[in-house]
Amino acid sequence: MKAERSLIFVLTLLTSLALQACSPREGEKLRLATTTSTESSGLLAVLLPPFEEKRNVKVEVIAVGTGKALKLGENGDVDILLVHARKAEDAFVEKGFGVNRKEVMYNDFVIIGPRADPAGIRGGNAPGALKIIAGKKRYFISRGDESGTHHKEKELWAAAKIEPQGKWYLETGQGMGATLQIADEKQGYCLVDRGTYLAYKGKVELAILCENDRRLFNPYGIIAVNPGKHPHVNYVAAKALIDWVTSRAGQRIIGEFKKDGEVLFHPSTRR
Amino acid sequence: MDYVLEGLRDALKMIISLDREMLAIVLVSLKVCALSLAAATLLGVPVGFWVGLRDFPGKRAVVAILHTLLALPTVVIGLLLYCFLSRRSLLGPLGLLYTPWAMVIGQTILAFPIVAAFSLSATQAVDKRVKKTALTLGASNWQTALLIFSEGRFAILSAIIAAFGRVFGEVGVSMMVGGNIKGSTRNITTAIAKEAGEGNFTLGLALGIILLAVALGVNVLFHHFQGKRT
Repeated sequence: MKAERSLIFVLTLLTSLALQACSPREGEKLRLATTTSTESSGLLAVLLPPFEEKRNVKVEVIAVGTGKALKLGENGDVDILLVHARKAEDAFVEKGFGVNRKEVMYNDFVIIGPRADPAGIRGGNAPGALKIIAGKKRYFISRGDESGTHHKEKELWAAAKIEPQGKWYLETGQGMGATLQIADEKQGYCLVDRGTYLAYKGKVELAILCENDRRLFNPYGIIAVNPGKHPHVNYVAAKALIDWVTSRAGQRIIGEFKKDGEVLFHPSTRR
Repeated sequence: MDYVLEGLRDALKMIISLDREMLAIVLVSLKVCALSLAAATLLGVPVGFWVGLRDFPGKRAVVAILHTLLALPTVVIGLLLYCFLSRRSLLGPLGLLYTPWAMVIGQTILAFPIVAAFSLSATQAVDKRVKKTALTLGASNWQTALLIFSEGRFAILSAIIAAFGRVFGEVGVSMMVGGNIKGSTRNITTAIAKEAGEGNFTLGLALGIILLAVALGVNVLFHHFQGKRT
């Protein structure tokens, strides 16, 4: 008897769960692939809701590395991308995977390291700093994950005419947060976007040692996945989102988003 | 150490205040887990029994493969499943990727070998004389199987408990094919991964404590069903 009652209970439970999972969601959906740093900055939490409300669209944010985001776009698994790897973005559009690319916002990268700066890179330019770090074989912690940050890092090494390798060059293959934590533990040098650094200010004991080099410029682009290649994508909503983030209201929200009193992303239209 | 104590405090706060986000992710974990355990049981028990009760050439190889599947890394299953569910692949048009259903499929794949392997062991563990006695008393193959099932139900429930443990705490599959989307595919483990990756250790630990609390609750329920035989 007991077994029968338990069985009925379990079956009812499972059926209701399955039904709940099946029921169609209200409203439209838009899948946005973006980078982990953009997501963890918290910007999207203020930038997306007004758009979602006005258009009655739920934006599903999938935060992955830039490399993976571009791959998802290529495969048609998402409707729109918000990334920061200019050369890779241009290639993406050129190959016909993306359309309607617009500049959204920008910030810059900084090279951080232990406050005492044992390598002595403070105040120099970016490739110069990397040259010194490599020369002195001090720990440098790289993303190593084909992210926007990693792409920029590789460009800087190329400018310094150095191929980084050795026990001092650590590639984490992980997101900015995890990489920062490792850099902190190792008290090593690291390239990080200013936004994420500010978000981590209290949590790591690393200081900005190299900044304001033009080569450290970090622009963000938004690209809709080409409906010609993937007819199923929600292109209408994607276009609407592009219009929203580049609109006056959207750009204002971006410009007013601060952490610790500092602006994390500069809206592109103000340049 | 501070993290752990703070985590404990935050966990209690979230539970008492019935924090909405926390409840949402717990629900996702439970939903996906329940459905995948059901599917894995429906598939795994018959397979385990079939392999266990019959003798056929290559049986040892099959058993070895089954046991090897127990060691499948979750991230590998997630990756393989992504390859099948992605838009440009075979099952793409079904649009399952980045929905809870993809997570259910992945976790079923994860749980199936456990349930099958345990069920197989159950058939061996049941007193060999049961099978012989049933046959001499004139039972058909089907009736014999049912009898062994009844004798082995304790072991089968153990299989489900073990599968639950594996599936409730996994993050590789959920992250890969679920996408950690807030409100739909973010479950407890992917939420912990996100918070830990962002350096919010206290929150990560708090969620971990909540996961253990929920798992404890579920296991208490399981043991209740298992009855007095412990």
